[in-house]
Amino acid sequence: MDQTDKKLITYIQAGFPVCARPYAAVGEKLGLSEDEVIERLRTIKDSGEIRRMGASFDSRKLGYSSTLCAVHVPAGKLDAAIAAVNSYHNVTHNYERNHHYNMWFTVIAPSKEHINEILQEIEEQAGVGPIINLPAIKLFKIQVDLPVIDG
Amino acid sequence: MADILTEREQALARMLQDDIPISPRPFAEIGESLGMTEDEVVAKVKAWLESGTIRRFGAMVRHQKLGYKANAMTAWDVPDGKAEEVGRILASASEVSHCYQRPRAEGWSYNLFAMIHAATPEECHQVAARLSEKIGIEDYELLFSSREFKKISMKYFIEQD
Repeated sequence: MDQTDKKLITYIQAGFPVCARPYAAVGEKLGLSEDEVIERLRTIKDSGEIRRMGASFDSRKLGYSSTLCAVHVPAGKLDAAIAAVNSYHNVTHNYERNHHYNMWFTVIAPSKEHINEILQEIEEQAGVGPIINLPAIKLFKIQVDLPVIDG
Repeated sequence: MADILTEREQALARMLQDDIPISPRPFAEIGESLGMTEDEVVAKVKAWLESGTIRRFGAMVRHQKLGYKANAMTAWDVPDGKAEEVGRILASASEVSHCYQRPRAEGWSYNLFAMIHAATPEECHQVAARLSEKIGIEDYELLFSSREFKKISMKYFIEQD
Protein backbone atom coordinates (compact mmCIF):
# COMPACT_ATOMS: atom_id res chain seq x y z
CA MET A 1 0.00 0.00 0.00
CA ASP A 2 1.35 3.41 -0.92
CA GLN A 3 0.22 6.84 0.26
CA THR A 4 -2.28 7.12 -2.58
CA ASP A 5 -3.90 3.81 -1.53
CA LYS A 6 -4.16 5.06 2.05
CA LYS A 7 -5.74 8.32 0.95
CA LEU A 8 -8.12 6.37 -1.24
CA ILE A 9 -9.17 4.08 1.62
CA THR A 10 -9.65 6.93 4.06
CA TYR A 11 -11.76 8.82 1.54
CA ILE A 12 -13.87 5.89 0.46
CA GLN A 13 -14.58 4.79 4.04
CA ALA A 14 -16.58 7.88 4.82
CA GLY A 15 -17.31 9.67 1.59
CA PHE A 16 -18.28 7.09 -1.02
CA PRO A 17 -20.11 9.16 -3.65
CA VAL A 18 -23.61 7.87 -4.38
CA CYS A 19 -23.93 8.79 -8.06
CA ALA A 20 -23.85 7.13 -11.47
CA ARG A 21 -20.04 7.11 -11.78
CA PRO A 22 -18.80 6.97 -8.18
CA TYR A 23 -15.24 5.91 -9.01
CA ALA A 24 -14.86 8.78 -11.47
CA ALA A 25 -16.09 11.14 -8.72
CA VAL A 26 -13.57 9.72 -6.25
CA GLY A 27 -10.84 10.10 -8.85
CA GLU A 28 -11.75 13.70 -9.42
CA LYS A 29 -11.37 14.45 -5.70
CA LEU A 30 -8.01 12.70 -5.44
CA GLY A 31 -6.53 13.56 -8.81
CA LEU A 32 -6.76 10.03 -10.25
CA SER A 33 -8.46 8.67 -13.34
CA GLU A 34 -11.58 6.50 -12.98
CA ASP A 35 -9.61 3.52 -14.31
CA GLU A 36 -6.84 4.01 -11.78
CA VAL A 37 -9.31 4.22 -8.88
CA ILE A 38 -10.99 1.00 -10.01
CA GLU A 39 -7.66 -0.74 -10.54
CA ARG A 40 -6.34 0.28 -7.11
CA LEU A 41 -9.57 -0.61 -5.29
CA ARG A 42 -9.67 -4.06 -6.85
CA THR A 43 -6.09 -4.69 -5.72
CA ILE A 44 -6.77 -3.38 -2.20
CA LYS A 45 -9.95 -5.47 -2.02
CA ASP A 46 -8.08 -8.61 -3.08
CA SER A 47 -5.39 -7.97 -0.45
CA GLY A 48 -8.07 -8.06 2.26
CA GLU A 49 -7.40 -4.55 3.60
CA ILE A 50 -10.93 -3.68 2.56
CA ARG A 51 -13.18 -6.34 4.03
CA ARG A 52 -16.35 -5.25 2.29
CA MET A 53 -17.57 -2.32 0.25
CA GLY A 54 -21.26 -1.61 0.52
CA ALA A 55 -23.93 -0.51 2.97
CA SER A 56 -24.10 -0.85 6.73
CA PHE A 57 -27.73 -0.82 7.74
CA ASP A 58 -29.10 0.42 11.04
CA SER A 59 -30.75 -2.72 12.38
CA ARG A 60 -33.36 -0.69 14.28
CA LYS A 61 -34.44 1.19 11.16
CA LEU A 62 -35.04 -2.17 9.48
CA GLY A 63 -37.17 -3.22 12.43
CA TYR A 64 -34.57 -5.54 13.97
CA SER A 65 -33.46 -5.70 17.61
CA SER A 66 -29.84 -6.03 18.66
CA THR A 67 -27.92 -6.71 21.84
CA LEU A 68 -24.53 -7.45 23.39
CA CYS A 69 -24.29 -10.65 25.44
CA ALA A 70 -21.71 -12.20 27.73
CA VAL A 71 -21.39 -15.59 29.34
CA HIS A 72 -18.91 -17.42 31.55
CA VAL A 73 -17.62 -20.46 29.67
CA PRO A 74 -15.49 -23.00 31.57
CA ALA A 75 -12.48 -24.29 29.59
CA GLY A 76 -14.06 -27.71 29.06
CA LYS A 77 -17.12 -26.22 27.41
CA LEU A 78 -15.37 -23.73 25.16
CA ASP A 79 -15.64 -25.69 21.90
CA ALA A 80 -19.31 -26.44 22.48
CA ALA A 81 -20.02 -22.79 23.31
CA ILE A 82 -18.19 -21.49 20.22
CA ALA A 83 -20.06 -23.96 18.02
CA ALA A 84 -23.46 -23.09 19.53
CA VAL A 85 -22.99 -19.31 19.45
CA ASN A 86 -21.38 -19.16 15.99
CA SER A 87 -24.07 -21.37 14.42
CA TYR A 88 -26.45 -18.39 14.31
CA HIS A 89 -26.20 -15.97 11.40
CA ASN A 90 -27.74 -13.54 13.93
CA VAL A 91 -24.41 -13.55 15.81
CA THR A 92 -22.09 -11.13 13.98
CA HIS A 93 -19.26 -10.78 16.51
CA ASN A 94 -17.95 -13.27 19.05
CA TYR A 95 -14.79 -12.69 21.11
CA GLU A 96 -12.94 -14.26 23.98
CA ARG A 97 -12.16 -11.57 26.56
CA ASN A 98 -10.13 -11.43 29.77
CA HIS A 99 -12.91 -11.48 32.39
CA HIS A 100 -14.97 -14.01 34.35
CA TYR A 101 -17.50 -13.37 31.60
CA ASN A 102 -15.05 -14.58 28.99
CA MET A 103 -17.25 -14.89 25.89
CA TRP A 104 -18.81 -11.74 24.41
CA PHE A 105 -21.07 -11.79 21.37
CA THR A 106 -23.64 -9.66 19.57
CA VAL A 107 -27.07 -10.82 18.44
CA ILE A 108 -29.29 -9.15 15.82
CA ALA A 109 -32.77 -10.59 15.21
CA PRO A 110 -36.23 -9.52 14.06
CA SER A 111 -37.50 -9.18 17.65
CA LYS A 112 -36.48 -9.23 21.33
CA GLU A 113 -38.41 -12.47 21.71
CA HIS A 114 -36.37 -14.00 18.91
CA ILE A 115 -33.17 -12.93 20.70
CA ASN A 116 -34.38 -14.49 23.97
CA GLU A 117 -35.12 -17.76 22.15
CA ILE A 118 -31.63 -17.82 20.65
CA LEU A 119 -30.01 -17.18 24.04
CA GLN A 120 -32.04 -19.94 25.64
CA GLU A 121 -31.08 -22.36 22.86
CA ILE A 122 -27.39 -21.50 23.28
CA GLU A 123 -27.58 -22.09 27.04
CA GLU A 124 -29.20 -25.46 26.44
CA GLN A 125 -26.96 -26.57 23.56
CA ALA A 126 -23.65 -25.58 25.18
CA GLY A 127 -24.60 -26.18 28.80
CA VAL A 128 -23.49 -22.68 29.80
CA GLY A 129 -25.16 -19.74 31.46
CA PRO A 130 -26.84 -17.69 32.54
CA ILE A 131 -26.03 -15.44 29.58
CA ILE A 132 -26.22 -11.75 30.50
CA ASN A 133 -28.17 -9.73 27.94
CA LEU A 134 -27.13 -6.06 27.65
CA PRO A 135 -29.19 -4.28 24.97
CA ALA A 136 -28.19 -0.64 24.45
CA ILE A 137 -30.14 1.87 26.53
CA LYS A 138 -28.51 4.81 24.82
CA LEU A 139 -26.16 5.12 21.86
CA PHE A 140 -23.55 7.87 22.14
CA LYS A 141 -21.31 6.98 19.20
CA ILE A 142 -20.81 4.53 16.39
CA GLN A 143 -17.90 5.40 14.20
CA VAL A 144 -16.28 2.68 12.19
CA ASP A 145 -14.37 4.93 9.81
CA LEU A 146 -11.25 5.61 11.81
CA PRO A 147 -8.50 7.42 9.91
CA VAL A 148 -5.81 5.20 8.42
CA ILE A 149 -2.64 5.40 10.52
CA ASP A 150 0.84 4.14 9.95
CA GLY A 151 1.92 1.06 11.80
CA MET B 1 -41.03 -6.08 10.40
CA ALA B 2 -41.42 -7.23 6.83
CA ASP B 3 -43.86 -4.30 6.49
CA ILE B 4 -41.17 -1.66 6.97
CA LEU B 5 -39.56 -2.32 3.57
CA THR B 6 -41.28 -3.48 0.39
CA GLU B 7 -40.13 -6.75 -1.16
CA ARG B 8 -38.17 -4.87 -3.82
CA GLU B 9 -36.52 -2.69 -1.17
CA GLN B 10 -35.60 -5.81 0.76
CA ALA B 11 -34.03 -7.26 -2.41
CA LEU B 12 -32.04 -4.05 -2.88
CA ALA B 13 -30.93 -4.13 0.77
CA ARG B 14 -29.78 -7.73 0.29
CA MET B 15 -27.55 -6.62 -2.60
CA LEU B 16 -26.17 -3.50 -0.90
CA GLN B 17 -25.20 -5.42 2.22
CA ASP B 18 -22.85 -7.49 0.07
CA ASP B 19 -20.06 -6.04 -2.05
CA ILE B 20 -21.08 -3.46 -4.62
CA PRO B 21 -19.34 -3.91 -7.99
CA ILE B 22 -15.99 -2.19 -8.50
CA SER B 23 -16.78 -1.21 -12.07
CA PRO B 24 -17.75 2.09 -13.74
CA ARG B 25 -21.55 1.87 -13.23
CA PRO B 26 -22.10 -0.13 -10.01
CA PHE B 27 -25.63 1.14 -9.35
CA ALA B 28 -26.73 0.39 -12.91
CA GLU B 29 -25.47 -3.18 -12.49
CA ILE B 30 -27.31 -3.58 -9.19
CA GLY B 31 -30.49 -2.12 -10.68
CA GLU B 32 -30.35 -4.41 -13.68
CA SER B 33 -30.67 -7.54 -11.58
CA LEU B 34 -33.64 -6.06 -9.67
CA GLY B 35 -35.56 -4.49 -12.52
CA MET B 36 -34.73 -0.98 -11.29
CA THR B 37 -33.09 1.86 -13.18
CA GLU B 38 -29.74 3.31 -12.15
CA ASP B 39 -31.54 6.51 -11.12
CA GLU B 40 -33.98 4.61 -8.93
CA VAL B 41 -31.16 2.77 -7.14
CA VAL B 42 -29.14 5.96 -6.60
CA ALA B 43 -32.22 7.80 -5.32
CA LYS B 44 -33.12 4.97 -2.92
CA VAL B 45 -29.58 4.73 -1.52
CA LYS B 46 -29.53 8.50 -0.98
CA ALA B 47 -32.93 8.40 0.71
CA TRP B 48 -31.78 5.59 3.00
CA LEU B 49 -28.64 7.55 3.90
CA GLU B 50 -30.77 10.59 4.61
CA SER B 51 -33.13 8.65 6.89
CA GLY B 52 -30.29 6.82 8.64
CA THR B 53 -31.55 3.44 7.41
CA ILE B 54 -28.10 3.07 5.86
CA ARG B 55 -25.71 4.07 8.61
CA ARG B 56 -22.65 4.09 6.45
CA PHE B 57 -21.94 3.49 2.81
CA GLY B 58 -18.44 2.72 1.63
CA ALA B 59 -15.42 0.59 2.43
CA MET B 60 -15.18 -1.37 5.67
CA VAL B 61 -11.55 -1.96 6.54
CA ARG B 62 -9.78 -4.43 8.76
CA HIS B 63 -8.59 -2.18 11.59
CA GLN B 64 -5.94 -4.60 12.75
CA LYS B 65 -4.43 -4.64 9.28
CA LEU B 66 -4.19 -0.87 9.08
CA GLY B 67 -2.16 -0.04 12.16
CA TYR B 68 -4.73 -0.36 14.96
CA LYS B 69 -3.08 -3.37 16.56
CA ALA B 70 -5.03 -3.21 19.80
CA ASN B 71 -8.58 -2.54 20.84
CA ALA B 72 -10.04 -2.63 24.29
CA MET B 73 -13.64 -2.75 25.36
CA THR B 74 -13.68 -0.43 28.36
CA ALA B 75 -16.52 -0.71 30.84
CA TRP B 76 -17.31 2.00 33.38
CA ASP B 77 -19.45 2.07 36.50
CA VAL B 78 -21.05 5.50 36.34
CA PRO B 79 -23.89 6.77 38.59
CA ASP B 80 -27.04 6.49 36.45
CA GLY B 81 -27.75 10.20 36.79
CA LYS B 82 -24.38 11.03 35.27
CA ALA B 83 -24.43 8.42 32.49
CA GLU B 84 -25.64 10.84 29.83
CA GLU B 85 -23.00 13.47 30.55
CA VAL B 86 -20.15 10.97 30.90
CA GLY B 87 -21.26 9.05 27.81
CA ARG B 88 -20.97 12.19 25.72
CA ILE B 89 -17.47 12.91 27.01
CA LEU B 90 -16.27 9.36 26.31
CA ALA B 91 -17.84 9.50 22.86
CA SER B 92 -15.99 12.71 22.03
CA ALA B 93 -12.56 11.03 22.35
CA SER B 94 -11.06 10.31 18.94
CA GLU B 95 -9.76 6.90 20.10
CA VAL B 96 -13.31 5.80 20.97
CA SER B 97 -15.20 4.22 18.06
CA HIS B 98 -18.32 3.00 19.87
CA CYS B 99 -19.95 4.20 23.07
CA TYR B 100 -23.14 2.88 24.63
CA GLN B 101 -25.06 2.91 27.87
CA ARG B 102 -26.25 -0.61 28.75
CA PRO B 103 -28.00 -2.18 31.74
CA ARG B 104 -26.05 -3.68 34.64
CA ALA B 105 -26.47 -7.40 35.28
CA GLU B 106 -25.66 -10.17 37.75
CA GLY B 107 -21.88 -10.07 38.21
CA TRP B 108 -21.61 -7.04 35.94
CA SER B 109 -21.76 -3.61 37.57
CA TYR B 110 -20.69 -1.51 34.58
CA ASN B 111 -23.20 0.58 32.65
CA LEU B 112 -21.11 2.52 30.10
CA PHE B 113 -19.15 0.87 27.30
CA ALA B 114 -16.50 2.55 25.15
CA MET B 115 -14.43 0.76 22.50
CA ILE B 116 -10.87 2.15 22.43
CA HIS B 117 -8.53 1.66 19.45
CA ALA B 118 -4.78 2.24 19.65
CA ALA B 119 -1.49 0.88 18.38
CA THR B 120 -0.70 -1.19 21.49
CA PRO B 121 -2.50 -2.51 24.61
CA GLU B 122 -0.35 -0.13 26.70
CA GLU B 123 -1.67 2.80 24.70
CA CYS B 124 -5.21 1.59 25.31
CA HIS B 125 -4.48 1.66 29.05
CA GLN B 126 -3.07 5.18 28.73
CA VAL B 127 -6.13 6.39 26.85
CA ALA B 128 -8.41 4.83 29.47
CA ALA B 129 -6.42 6.41 32.33
CA ARG B 130 -6.66 9.80 30.64
CA LEU B 131 -10.41 9.39 30.15
CA SER B 132 -10.82 8.22 33.75
CA GLU B 133 -9.24 11.43 34.97
CA LYS B 134 -11.35 13.51 32.63
CA ILE B 135 -14.69 12.01 33.74
CA GLY B 136 -13.75 11.46 37.39
CA ILE B 137 -14.68 7.77 37.33
CA GLU B 138 -12.15 5.34 38.76
CA ASP B 139 -14.18 2.16 38.63
CA TYR B 140 -13.50 0.76 35.19
CA GLU B 141 -12.03 -2.25 33.43
CA LEU B 142 -10.38 -2.92 30.09
CA LEU B 143 -11.42 -6.13 28.38
CA PHE B 144 -9.10 -7.15 25.57
CA SER B 145 -10.12 -9.69 23.01
CA SER B 146 -7.70 -12.59 23.20
CA ARG B 147 -9.37 -14.50 20.39
CA GLU B 148 -11.82 -13.64 17.65
CA PHE B 149 -14.31 -16.48 17.23
CA LYS B 150 -16.49 -14.74 14.68
CA LYS B 151 -16.72 -11.43 12.85
CA ILE B 152 -19.16 -10.97 9.98
CA SER B 153 -21.50 -8.29 8.67
CA MET B 154 -25.16 -8.91 9.44
CA LYS B 155 -27.21 -10.20 6.53
CA TYR B 156 -30.78 -8.98 6.76
CA PHE B 157 -33.88 -10.39 5.09
CA ILE B 158 -32.56 -13.88 4.58
CA GLU B 159 -34.58 -17.06 5.03
CA GLN B 160 -33.41 -18.11 8.49
CA ASP B 161 -34.97 -14.99 9.99
